[in-house]
Amino acid sequence: MNIIITKKDVERINGCLDKVISSSRAHSVLLIDRSGQLIAYYGNTPQIDISSLSALTAANFGATAEIARMLGEEEFTLLFHKGKTENVYFSAVGEHAIMVALFDDNTSLGLIRLQINKILDELADILSVIFEKGKDPVN
Amino acid sequence: MPFINFSKDEIQCKIVYYGPGFCGKTTNLQYIFGQTTEEIKGKMVSIDTKGDRTLFFDFLSLNLGKIRGFDIRVQLYTVPGQVHYDATRKLVLKGVDGVVFIGDSLKVQRKKNIESLINLAKNLAEKGISIRSIPFVLQYNKRDLDGTDSEILPLDIMEKDLNSMLKVPSFSASALKGNGVYETLREISKLVVKDVSRKIMVLDKSK
Repeated sequence: MNIIITKKDVERINGCLDKVISSSRAHSVLLIDRSGQLIAYYGNTPQIDISSLSALTAANFGATAEIARMLGEEEFTLLFHKGKTENVYFSAVGEHAIMVALFDDNTSLGLIRLQINKILDELADILSVIFEKGKDPVN
Repeated sequence: MPFINFSKDEIQCKIVYYGPGFCGKTTNLQYIFGQTTEEIKGKMVSIDTKGDRTLFFDFLSLNLGKIRGFDIRVQLYTVPGQVHYDATRKLVLKGVDGVVFIGDSLKVQRKKNIESLINLAKNLAEKGISIRSIPFVLQYNKRDLDGTDSEILPLDIMEKDLNSMLKVPSFSASALKGNGVYETLREISKLVVKDVSRKIMVLDKSK
């Protein structure tokens, strides 16, 4: 199995991420797969090591999913970490991916949640097509 | 599960260093991190305990250059070796494209090497991956202890224990001093890239 992301896929994904950024005022949004590989990044934080952030996010999500299962839940579909100025919001996107939104005091957690929820189904549909193609025996 | 991104002409692959506790997985990554130039490496991330034991994983991203016009980016991970961290090892193995198994040359660790290899085969099988088909390299670490007071396993015994069925490339190493570390990395990268190239060629033909 290998995952192929075409230019058209990236354009559609970036369109979704752009909508999140402009509507929620998050300063960066990442889409990563659950094994820690970066699928797409949109935003303006060049100082961040995106690869490490992706690996740690997937691990963080995986670990909390195990906690959820211990408590009889399938998984926790969102996580939120608050810092002094920077905050991170993680949200499951279907079964394959995680969206990470980085934001500061210019916006609120409520707005971030609302705007991300609006886009989740569309993104999950795009990704499920990409991942289904990956299961094709030719791959 | 390599990620082939046609928008950035980039292929991302995941290589996992596996093996029993204290066999030198993290030391391998630390040596690679210390010896590579800033242009090709990212930051090294380690989630460990104060006793130098890896709690979750270590992570290092490397850029290996181009094949067929694609930038090849490999992500190196280690797993925690201790037996009771199996759930964590399963998480790290998710989406793996190649495995380096580090065997500990200390005689007292012989059983733990075998147990860890069996554990790897089981955890891969749970993900539908056969240990015989995934790109795989063995490293026999701590060979620098040969000739010291520590009792170490002869290489032929380690080969028999760990490689008699798999018959994969194997390397003697001292991760602490760096011997064999690059040879191991080079071989696993070569096998993973070959595997990915084969897949790209199949894709080209099917278009």
